[in-house]
Amino acid sequence: MTISSASPAFTGRDPEHRLFGPLPDVQAEAGYQEEHPKRVGFFTDTSVCIGCKACEVACKEWNTLPMDDSHGTRDALGLSGMSYDNTGQLGANSWRHVAFIEQSRTVDLPMPTFGRPGDDRQGSGPSPATAGDDVSLANAQQSVLNAEALSEFDPQTGQTGADKQIRWLMSSDVCKHCTHAGCLDVCPTGALFRSEFGTVVVQGDICNGCGYCVAACPYGVIDQRKDDGRVFKCTMCYDRLTDGLMPACATACPTQSIQFGDLDELQERADARLATLKAQGVETARLYGRDENDGVGGDGAFFLLLDEPEVYGLPPDPVVTTRDLPAMWKAAGKAAAMMVGVALTAVLGSRRR
Amino acid sequence: MPGLGASFGRGGATNFLEDLANSDAIVIEGSNMAECHPVGFQWVGEAKARGAKIIHIDPRFTRTSAIADLHVPLRIGTDIAFLGGLINYVLSHDLYFKEYVVAYTNAAALVGEEYVDSEDLDGLFSGFDAENRHYDESSWQYEPDDSPHEGSDQPGEAAEQKRSDQHPDVKKADRAQAAGSGGPPIASKPKRDETLQHPRSVFQILKRHFARYTPEMVSEVCGVEPEVFEQVAKWVTENSNRDRTTAWVYSVGWTQHSVGAQYIRTCAILQTLLGNIGRPGGGIMALRGHASIQGSTDVPTLFNLLPGYLPMPHALQHSTLDEYVADAEGKAGFWGNKRAYMVSLLKAWWGENATAENDFCFDHLPKINGDHSSYRTIADMIQGKVKGYFLVGENPTVGHPNSRMNRFGLANLDWLVVRDLQMIESATFWKEGPEIETGEMSPETIGTEVFFMPAATHVEKEGTFTQTQRVLQWRHKAVEPPNDARSDLWFYFHLGRILRERLAGSTDPRDRPLLDLTWDYPVEGETADPSAQAVLREINGYGPDGLLSTYMDMKDDGSTTGGCWIYCGVYADGVNQADRRKPGKEQGPVASEWGWAWPLNRRMLYNRASADPDGKPWSERKKYVYWDEAAGEWTGLDVPDFEKKKRPDYVPPEGARAQDAIAGVDPFVMQGDGKAWLFAPAGVVDGPLPTHYEPAESVVENGLYKQQANPTLEMIEGPWNRANPARSEVYPFQVTTYRLTEHHTAGGMSRTLPYLAELQPEFFVEVSPELAQLRGLANGEYATLVSARTAVEAKVLVTERVRPIKLGDGTVVHQIGMPYHWAYSGISTGDSANDLLGIVMDPNTHIQESKVSSCDIVPGRRPRGPELLEFVEGFRRRAGVPSGKVGVNGRDPVEADAGEGATY
Repeated sequence: MTISSASPAFTGRDPEHRLFGPLPDVQAEAGYQEEHPKRVGFFTDTSVCIGCKACEVACKEWNTLPMDDSHGTRDALGLSGMSYDNTGQLGANSWRHVAFIEQSRTVDLPMPTFGRPGDDRQGSGPSPATAGDDVSLANAQQSVLNAEALSEFDPQTGQTGADKQIRWLMSSDVCKHCTHAGCLDVCPTGALFRSEFGTVVVQGDICNGCGYCVAACPYGVIDQRKDDGRVFKCTMCYDRLTDGLMPACATACPTQSIQFGDLDELQERADARLATLKAQGVETARLYGRDENDGVGGDGAFFLLLDEPEVYGLPPDPVVTTRDLPAMWKAAGKAAAMMVGVALTAVLGSRRR
Repeated sequence: MPGLGASFGRGGATNFLEDLANSDAIVIEGSNMAECHPVGFQWVGEAKARGAKIIHIDPRFTRTSAIADLHVPLRIGTDIAFLGGLINYVLSHDLYFKEYVVAYTNAAALVGEEYVDSEDLDGLFSGFDAENRHYDESSWQYEPDDSPHEGSDQPGEAAEQKRSDQHPDVKKADRAQAAGSGGPPIASKPKRDETLQHPRSVFQILKRHFARYTPEMVSEVCGVEPEVFEQVAKWVTENSNRDRTTAWVYSVGWTQHSVGAQYIRTCAILQTLLGNIGRPGGGIMALRGHASIQGSTDVPTLFNLLPGYLPMPHALQHSTLDEYVADAEGKAGFWGNKRAYMVSLLKAWWGENATAENDFCFDHLPKINGDHSSYRTIADMIQGKVKGYFLVGENPTVGHPNSRMNRFGLANLDWLVVRDLQMIESATFWKEGPEIETGEMSPETIGTEVFFMPAATHVEKEGTFTQTQRVLQWRHKAVEPPNDARSDLWFYFHLGRILRERLAGSTDPRDRPLLDLTWDYPVEGETADPSAQAVLREINGYGPDGLLSTYMDMKDDGSTTGGCWIYCGVYADGVNQADRRKPGKEQGPVASEWGWAWPLNRRMLYNRASADPDGKPWSERKKYVYWDEAAGEWTGLDVPDFEKKKRPDYVPPEGARAQDAIAGVDPFVMQGDGKAWLFAPAGVVDGPLPTHYEPAESVVENGLYKQQANPTLEMIEGPWNRANPARSEVYPFQVTTYRLTEHHTAGGMSRTLPYLAELQPEFFVEVSPELAQLRGLANGEYATLVSARTAVEAKVLVTERVRPIKLGDGTVVHQIGMPYHWAYSGISTGDSANDLLGIVMDPNTHIQESKVSSCDIVPGRRPRGPELLEFVEGFRRRAGVPSGKVGVNGRDPVEADAGEGATY
């Protein structure tokens, strides 16, 4: 078995979809023989996430990641002021990140307002209290129930029984292990490779810290450590997979919000779960990263969300950054030819003069 | 857990966590289950996936609310009013489970004529002793059945017993907790009216008692709109009948109140009326807070209990074994065998030295003579009455309310042993505590000699955990503890061994209890760790033929032993039953072969109630344990919590004793009358029925009664424990304390760990946008909270998940959320929330009211050093609270000024 660090796009076996679109066998595209294991993935069902962060801790324990500031000094720790999220985002030392999104709406308003507390409260800016005017204050204090709204309670998302509906969304984010992985495409050293399980893995001992992959990730997942610039991200516990174990996060998850398994099975399960939620009236439920026709050819780690992806800090329409590479090279080639032409003309012209 | 003990006969969760999956509705109230019991919460998720309604009733919108179908924000400390409203709804709409209530509860029992309800005495029950602030329970008794064999043959002796029962020192010794396994003793079985119409029947008393708890009243007191209340009532009652069941889940959100036991009683009454006890998917899940908290009451760490909920002998009551068991002789239910359990315990401890001639060494047991509960003991330390103290897995200078007072207590000891994984604050208070900075304490004047003993963690020692549903699970040692760290078993065994060696040859009678002990556990390995298996075998007990398999075989003649009668059977058939790990998928959903549950591996308590009086399942859907006429025995999914061969139509013959006096239709086998108690004639010291009282530091007037707070609540007086006056304008906001998933209680096991510390890195408080506006607080900035105890500073998290509650009269109550994990050491640090709290307690359990107190909150950081004392004193003056200034190391300021107490 040979392992190629090159993207399937460059192998030439799929002339139709070189750099984007569905790929039925991502490992084969990477050069694995036919007997390779099935592609595995994560299905993160955020509708049952309780925000316990066991995934974050299990990940750090198994992968022996340093504390977030990478120095382990207590002075660096501080409350973010963004709900219960003190991790902030995925990074070189946080390969799982649980987002907490607090939403509220008075029952008369059709659309929820969203945003994490603190987003608009940086520095000495207006305090959240002053953001609410006297009317909203009166609303908050006046517990007059709209009985009609009571019957409209969304059965899946947790509602408070008063004049105000509150929703607290939680979602454990992770590297998406894209079908077309931009990071992999641009890696010049071969530190990033497609594993036999179809996942995308960085080898810390090969990475030279060039950082090309950081800009290439459409999700902003892969990140450099501050000390030597090498990049790190979720490996889907490659070392555990090779020993027949589940990734640490999925093992630790108490509510089966993080499900690990063969990707095709997970996709079936997710489709069924979505159908159930829709049948229960959860209109806002949707799958994210499930669609093979999206800009990255679908994700190895995909999600069931209860709101727009932006609410969770996810890009609504991610596109692999190398999708337009051929077109760009073509354009660049044309430009180069033109410049050569212009130069030649200029030179020849000047000679004529 | 006297609330459950007095209601059903045992102080434990009635059902098991996995059984929540069978519920048709789950009400989580007084618990933040998703955050504090995230693993068990998966069964709530399973129930929801199967279509159950999940209701979360809580002052805050938490991670539990986020998953619930309905969150009901109610004012802190008003659960009795809310649950009372549901009881009234069920009774007035005729929605109770009639056959169940008539057959299995004491609804038909008649109460004596002397009883006067709190509705008629404006919040007090008959028998109140205003001077000592406790009740004489004699007027709450049943009207006795006339049958001649009941009652005492020696009225004089019975009267004597009764008088000593009511002695204040006996009252304080807290007999309520003795109902942990075996209901409280009652004088006799009651007279009954099966039609439930007699005005003095429990049913009619109940109806009258809760008649004023209407949806409108709930709205006024709890701040819950009638429509929301109706929605809860509808979901609960629609899911409580022959075919459907509702489960109620609570934890310390109920127990940590000055009326905590009565919160649980109210729930017990409601769940009993709905017929949800002893049935699959029903019950009351009492979630215990830590790995083996259930275990630590079964084999207790409480001053007033012996193993298996046998009460600790009292100096004024029990000078002989005969006196100790007198209340049980000849009675029905558990109490009939008390002597056998006690003699077996004495034989386990003193072995061959315990003989019938010497009362089986009964005199070797220390006798209690009053209240020696945790907080009382801290006050006694400050007053110089306590010389030495062991702290094992406890960090009172962070985890106890009024931590400052706790530090003063420890500063006045001769010696202190701290066994913990980390150098916790309770071991370093004498040099790093906040009172060093304020000048109230100084290392030079503290005489306490602190011995820090590193402890082995749970993976470094073997033994059992007894978890929330009474299941014992064996733990193997995975690795040896590092360096000097040792197991608790090692510590106490070798301490005992060394003490015995030092006393060897002593002729002093006071040394006999120690020298006569059986202290011969085999030791293993290089560190000579005692065998935990040997200890578990001793707890299980032996008979003439070896290890016992059931406590039914225990004898009162000294031929059997047993260290904790309710654990008898954990070594049934000579096998460590706690070490069984058959996966759930290889057995039924009850998983009886995973670990071992007390009693006798019964997973669901009172499960005889899952069948009707004739022994048939109430419905096919809720079939669980039932009578098999052909086989002549009880059978089903679980071990029957009933005598296997006792027919449903069994009627006790005249003069029957112990279990023989329990009829075939009586599922509550530990109760003296075999019934679930809607009305508790004994066992709860602050009233036979729950009544809404405001918390001690409520900002609101009691809307139901003139009596503002629990008339029997316990207080500890002293300058270090000043109370905020109720309805004070100086302390105008309610504050509640709680835990976060990311940290462990007082933080010794989490603030020191980088991966946990970074997830919740700083002490913070949660406030509503409205309160933030009112007080000028900003998200992410500091605020200072002030009480009559002290002031603490915390970062502010402004969130709409905390909301002001508007009451019927227009009053707006602001509530502040305050997690209590922090202190000055570790990676994640901050002030201690518990410094802010005072100590007032439930009279049944001596548990503090940490779920609700009052405070003020102002923007910015608190003053430092002596200025802090002046700052807090200023608030006290304005509130009319006596001075909180203390002398050296917390001692009496006047004495300290006079030069006393300064030397130690």
